[in-house]
Amino acid sequence: MLNRLLRKSITLPNGRTVYEPRSFMPLYIAVALVLIYYSAKMTDFDFQLLVRRISEFFVILQNMVPPNWEYGSQLWQPLIATIKMSLFGSLLGAVCALPLAILAARNINKHAWLAALVKFFLSLLRTLPTLVVALIATFIFGLGTMAGTVAIFIFSVAYVGKLLYEQIENAEMGAYEAMHAMGMSTLQSFRYAIFPQVLPNYLSTSLFCFEGNVRYASILGYVGAGGIGLLLNESLGWRNYANVGMILLLLVITVYIIESISAYFRKKLS
Amino acid sequence: MNAIEAQLRKQPRLRFLHAVATTVILIIFFWSTSAIQFNKLTINGLEIAGNIVKGIINPDLDLLFNFTDKGVAYLLLETMAIALLGTIVGGLLAIPLAFLSASNIVPKPIAAVIRFMLIVIRTIPAVVYGLMFIRVTGQGPFAGVLTMSLTSIGMLSKLFADVIEDLDTSILESMESIGCTTFEKIRFGIIPQLTAMFLSIMIYRYDMNLRDAAILGLVAAGGIGAPLIFAMNSYRWSEAGSILIGLIVLILLIEYISSKIRAKLVQG
Repeated sequence: MLNRLLRKSITLPNGRTVYEPRSFMPLYIAVALVLIYYSAKMTDFDFQLLVRRISEFFVILQNMVPPNWEYGSQLWQPLIATIKMSLFGSLLGAVCALPLAILAARNINKHAWLAALVKFFLSLLRTLPTLVVALIATFIFGLGTMAGTVAIFIFSVAYVGKLLYEQIENAEMGAYEAMHAMGMSTLQSFRYAIFPQVLPNYLSTSLFCFEGNVRYASILGYVGAGGIGLLLNESLGWRNYANVGMILLLLVITVYIIESISAYFRKKLS
Repeated sequence: MNAIEAQLRKQPRLRFLHAVATTVILIIFFWSTSAIQFNKLTINGLEIAGNIVKGIINPDLDLLFNFTDKGVAYLLLETMAIALLGTIVGGLLAIPLAFLSASNIVPKPIAAVIRFMLIVIRTIPAVVYGLMFIRVTGQGPFAGVLTMSLTSIGMLSKLFADVIEDLDTSILESMESIGCTTFEKIRFGIIPQLTAMFLSIMIYRYDMNLRDAAILGLVAAGGIGAPLIFAMNSYRWSEAGSILIGLIVLILLIEYISSKIRAKLVQG
């Protein structure tokens, strides 16, 4: 009976019977639907309400145009502070990620326990929400860009570190082993055999991380971690949506420029 | 001169390029160091750091194992529900946008316009969306769901579009040559190629949404963020510790499960 349920039998023209395993797709879909149903119940999902009141969504948007152009001149400094914050955090984070990634890669580091420990440490860092890290950093370092930089640094270490060790573990080991056999130290062989292989991807990942961080840095101001987010929070608090529009416009342009530059270099690297 | 030396000489000389790149990076680095100031280091900063560590080591166990709707378990469940619905709604919205921004489906100018629109959607911080949706639905998890879905659109449609651009068109051509209709081509030629990758991308985004759910707490849009930030702002570290522990364990668990599922999906 169970056999019948799990497999579909097909009789071929030559009289032989073959079995096709049944797809579990209907079961998966049913589970997904149940989950969605209970999630919708839990979050008070109400489609009618959304349709009825969706016009309210555009009220704030309408107030944002036209943006307050005069406000723009006050924005340069915080904007540059935001960029500096994410630049410094990402750069230092990417540099610090390298030794950690080497320690975490099982094919370079022969101590299994140490590699597992570093891996666990990296995923622990990655699970800490950046916003929470920034909030904790403001308690320790005071309000300002320092707190944001620390939060971005921690996120970058974890993010670049994880992607980098995965790449190191997938690297071609032939040259590395040959160099080891010739009597080079682990670090020397890593430098000349593995590092050139992972370098383009390492740089590209770091650039991508920087891109994301510029975007993220604008939220960090919300908890007092400096940069343009601080002004955004202030303008939202005062319901001065023309100012918010100006901030968002400037942010979009900045992110677009940075993304284009970084996309250009990433394309060149690959 | 032997063959090895000849090969060595053939290597392109990149020393100048490397020197320029290094100088540029160093200049940028030193320019950005002004983001670092230790002068504001609050005097009791270290004490606070100690308190935080103490709070996380001694979490508020009553809160952690409280199964009413004030406890960590319920808040985590609510966060998961918000992230799930947000990802699904975002994914549904992202599919048409992804097709419109795939340069092998629509003309290049349209794709470029939609791509710029996606950058705009992605750049506007979640808090702004949160405030907009709270006008629509009032405070609560529903606003969180809508915010999550809007913030997910950017990344989802970008990654969906990449998958669409990698579609294997030779399958469609061979289907055409044996006389399949357009509907059959879509059903058996395109959808099977896309579903596994799309699902894998959505699961990845679910992971990220779970992690970003703390942001919703800033605008009281439901989930575990608000109690966490509230506890931290009033220095109740053991409470914050128990919420953080719950969140970290949940994220690690979900990450483990989702990476297993995604590996299975991608390998087929």
